[in-house]
Amino acid sequence: MNIPLLTVLGRMFLAFLQATGAVTAFAFHAVRQAVQPPYYRRQIVSQILEIGYYSLPVVGLTAIFTGMVLALQSYTGFARFSAESAIPNVVVVSLTRELGPVLASLMVAGRIGAAIAAEIGTMRVTEQIDALTTLSTDPFKYLVAPRLIAGIVTLPILVFVADIIGILGGFLVGVYKLDFNDAAYLRNTIDFLQFQDVFSGLVKAAVFGFLITLMGCYHGYTSKGGAQGVGMATTNAVVSASILIFTFNYFITEAFFAR
Amino acid sequence: MSATAKIALRGVTKSFGPKKVLQGIDLDVAPGESMVVIGGSGTGKSVLLKCILGLMTPDRGSISVDGEETVGFNDRSRARVMRKFGMLFQGGALFDSLRVWENVAFGPIQSDGMKAEEAREVAVAKLGAVGLGPEIGELFPSELSGGMQKRVALARAIAREPEIIFFDEPTTGLDPIMADVINDLIVKCVSDLGATAVSITHDMASARKIGHRIGMLYEGRLIWQGPVADIDRSGNAHVDQFIHGRAEGPIQMQVRKL
Repeated sequence: MNIPLLTVLGRMFLAFLQATGAVTAFAFHAVRQAVQPPYYRRQIVSQILEIGYYSLPVVGLTAIFTGMVLALQSYTGFARFSAESAIPNVVVVSLTRELGPVLASLMVAGRIGAAIAAEIGTMRVTEQIDALTTLSTDPFKYLVAPRLIAGIVTLPILVFVADIIGILGGFLVGVYKLDFNDAAYLRNTIDFLQFQDVFSGLVKAAVFGFLITLMGCYHGYTSKGGAQGVGMATTNAVVSASILIFTFNYFITEAFFAR
Repeated sequence: MSATAKIALRGVTKSFGPKKVLQGIDLDVAPGESMVVIGGSGTGKSVLLKCILGLMTPDRGSISVDGEETVGFNDRSRARVMRKFGMLFQGGALFDSLRVWENVAFGPIQSDGMKAEEAREVAVAKLGAVGLGPEIGELFPSELSGGMQKRVALARAIAREPEIIFFDEPTTGLDPIMADVINDLIVKCVSDLGATAVSITHDMASARKIGHRIGMLYEGRLIWQGPVADIDRSGNAHVDQFIHGRAEGPIQMQVRKL
C-alpha cells in the first residue's frame, strides 16, 4: 500500500504532539505532588546520594580530561596568532558556561536517567507501583518527587565540582606541558571569570537535573510489557534527556547571553 | 444495589481500543463473604479486580464500597477507601529494594505513620501468622522461594488489617502442596480478620477451598454465579467445561490446528 508522504509526516507530527502533551502533563502532576506534603525525606536523601555522590567519579574524570584537552587544543589554535595568553580565559569560560554543565549532565543522563527508567520500569511491569497504590502511597510522591528534587539539587553541586576539576585539568596542562607560569595562569583565570559565567552554568545544571530525572521517571513509569519494555524505556530516557539537554542549553544560553 | 453489599458493581464496562474486556458486570459481595471469580486467561479477571481497586477506571458503570460510589473519586477520597483494602498480587509485587520486614511494615509506616520499631513488631507478628520466622524478616525478597514470597506478600496484605482483601491468582506458579498451604493461610487470615475477600483464579482447587461463592467470567460477562457447593450442578455448559478442564465444549481456544 502506498502511503503519501504528507500522511506519514502528519502522523509523525501528531505522535510528537501527543508525546509532548503526555510528558508535560506528567511533569505538571509530578511537580504538584513534589511541593505538597507528605515528603519522603529518606527517599530524597537516598536519591541525592545516588545521583550526586555516586556520580562524582565519572563526572570528575570527564571534567578533568575535558579541561586538559581544552587547554591543549586551544594552544594549538591560538599559538598561530600568538594568543597563548588567552588559554586560561578560554578554558574557564568554556567550562563554566557550557562544557561543565552539558558534559556532566550527559554523563549523569547516561548513568542516572537509565537507572531510574530501569528501576521504575521494572517496578511497573512487576506491579510494584500498583502495590504502592494499594498501600495508600502515591507513587508520584514516593518514587517520582524524590528523584526530581534530588536531580534539581545535586546537578548544580556536581557541575560546580566539575567546573573546579575541569579548570584544574586545564591548569595542569597549561603549567606542566605548555610551560605557563602557574601564578599567571591562575590570575588570568580569576580575573576573567565573572559571576554570571558560573551562575548561568549552575542554572543550566538545575534545569538539566530536572529534565534527566523527569525523563527517567516518565519512561519508566509508562513502560509496558516485560524486559523489552523496560529496555526500551531505558534507551528512550537517555536519548530524550540528551536531546532535551542540548535544546534547553541553547534557550538558556540565549536567555543569559543574547544581546 | 443490595443494601447489605460490601462491594457492589453495576453495569461495569471496560474496553481497550476495539477490545471489549468487561461488558456489563453486575456483582454483589456481602460483608465477610469470600467471592471467587474464575475464568480463562484473558477473560478480564485482572481488569475487573483493578477496576474495583481503582487502579483502572471503568468506561461505564458503578462500583461502590460500603455504599459509597468510588468511580470518579479524587486522590484523597481514593486514598481513604484504599485504607480498607489489602491486595495479594499474582507475582507478589514485593519491593525488591526493601527487606522483608520493611515490605510487611510498609503500609503501617508510610501510610499510617507508625514508628519503625512498632511497625517492625507488627511485621514480625504478621510474618508469624503466615508461618515465617522473624529471621526471614532480615532477608531481601530475591533471597526467598516463590512460596515464601507469596507468604510475605500475604503478610503485607494483612498488615493493616484491611476490611477487604483481594487475591490475584494466589496459587499460580506454586507446587500443589505449597498452593494448598497458601489456600489454608488465606482462609485462616480472612477468617481471623473477619474480612471480605475477592479472589480471581483459574485454579479450581483453590477456588473451592477459599471461596464461599464463585462467579465465572467469560467474554467480559459473569455468565454464572452461585455458592461453591452448587458449581458442580450449575447447568451451564461453559462452567462445566471450565471446572473439568476439558478441551471440548462451548469455549473454543484460539489455536491453529497442527
